Amino acid sequence: MDTTTVNSNFKSEEYFINMGPQHPATHGVLRLLLTIDGEIIKKVEPDLGYIHRSIEKMCERDSYQQIVHLTDRMDYLSSHINNEAVCLTVENALELEVPERVKVIRTIIGELTRIASHCLWWGVMGMDVGALTTYFYGFRDREMVNDIFEETCGARLTMNYNIPGGLMYDIHPNFIQRTKDFVAHFKTKIPEYDKLLTGNVIFQKRMKGVGILSKEDAISFGASGPVGRGSGYSCDVRKHHPYSALNKVTFNESLKTAGDSLARYEVRIMEMWESLSIIEQLIDNIPEGDYKVTTKAVIKLPKGEYYQKVEAARGELGVYVISTGTKNPYRLKFRSPGFSNISLLNHIAVGGKIGDLVASMATLDIVVPDIDR
Amino acid sequence: MTNEALQNLIGLWFPNPDADKVSNVVEITETEEGSEETKTQEPINPSLLEFSEEESQFLNILVQPEQLHSLMKQLKSNSETNFDYLYCLSGVDWGAELGIVYHLESTTHRHRIVVKVKTADREGPNFDTVSNIWKTADFHEREVFDFFGVKFNNHPNLKYLFLTEDWEGYPLRKDYVDEINMVIK
Repeated sequence: MDTTTVNSNFKSEEYFINMGPQHPATHGVLRLLLTIDGEIIKKVEPDLGYIHRSIEKMCERDSYQQIVHLTDRMDYLSSHINNEAVCLTVENALELEVPERVKVIRTIIGELTRIASHCLWWGVMGMDVGALTTYFYGFRDREMVNDIFEETCGARLTMNYNIPGGLMYDIHPNFIQRTKDFVAHFKTKIPEYDKLLTGNVIFQKRMKGVGILSKEDAISFGASGPVGRGSGYSCDVRKHHPYSALNKVTFNESLKTAGDSLARYEVRIMEMWESLSIIEQLIDNIPEGDYKVTTKAVIKLPKGEYYQKVEAARGELGVYVISTGTKNPYRLKFRSPGFSNISLLNHIAVGGKIGDLVASMATLDIVVPDIDR
Repeated sequence: MTNEALQNLIGLWFPNPDADKVSNVVEITETEEGSEETKTQEPINPSLLEFSEEESQFLNILVQPEQLHSLMKQLKSNSETNFDYLYCLSGVDWGAELGIVYHLESTTHRHRIVVKVKTADREGPNFDTVSNIWKTADFHEREVFDFFGVKFNNHPNLKYLFLTEDWEGYPLRKDYVDEINMVIK
């Protein structure tokens, strides 16, 4: 009998493995069908819809005020920005000019939302690659932002602070001081984040050169937000199509050209600094005035089509409304950033290992309700 | 480019063979002459595409399904238009017709445009895929397939993305009925 070698005993074979829908690294109920050969990924196929609520269908029977509330439940980490997107669509359609005070407050809270969202992402990002401490650091700082929100609008997560025509209430008397305190506090914390995670050798090795997305592919896949900007693709809606008070502030678009996981990570860290800068420029200059303009109780948009895009924490959120002149939209489509971003997961994960997939997916910063809608 | 310039440029790509001015430069093969005869009373559109800016903030192009793919290809590859970013792809049920609305933007020129395509065939609606032009269309078209039952020819992986395989009906169509789960107001 021939002596068999180790190599001839084992054949390399592709096989299927399920990741999720309850896997902690999929951040919710996302199921990935992995085709792997050993530990090398050959194909990643997302299976979506585990928490699809058909928000678009619900919108067709709801009034525009009600639709605002539904958007909280898409990307719940940027609920304020989602609300703003619908409100802006309605206001533009009605040609309603909201007071300057509203615009400034909306932008400040929008940027606070972005910071809170990035804090959570940063905590979870570390956890996905095995650094548990980051989770507590990120949540500690995010808690301060949530407290500010709670004081002003009563909610910590699903804000519902925007209404078509303005804001639900005026800001709390403590809002300005507490926001300033937070900005001062957080400025000392981002360097701490860098010290703890960004410069860590193990972390760098997990991130550098992994999950590369070229600029051309980023555009073709419709990537937006930090995912697109990590590939050197200038896609910040706040720069290209400014809304609310964003044309009054100066800020840099955070861009990195490497296109790997580390670049996407660094873009988000840079964005936190830029958001702080935007808040600082506005917080002392909130104009006096009304916090809303009164709209009719039943809002009817003129017949036509309206599109509004905003920069949510995860990228470009689009609201496309077709109105026939009634109190409900005939069709309402949400172009969610997460949906386009998840579609490129296969592209950046093929050829890597499962561990790299987890790390790359963390830098896409997916929120499953945003994908499923 | 302004909407007017875009309209002038793009309109030339698909000349209407029945329009007098451009009748000699026809490269498009047979058209349905029968259906054109009935339209002779109206002024003839020099292009096969219909342009409109009514009730929309963008220039809208209505294209026939046969020309959809070649129009989209040119919109992206032509250096003057260069619509390289498909930022929204929506299925729409207009009642009698089903269709797709494509929102396009150029990342170099920063102009935007909307392309629409419609079909009256509600039983087996199908359009050519644009996923070989913009990769993002892959998932977006699958979403439309789920919820509107529109098929996309040559799509690499056309199967349900959100719905389970045994789902009956197309939820986002206007005539969809689900007596248990839907609340009708």
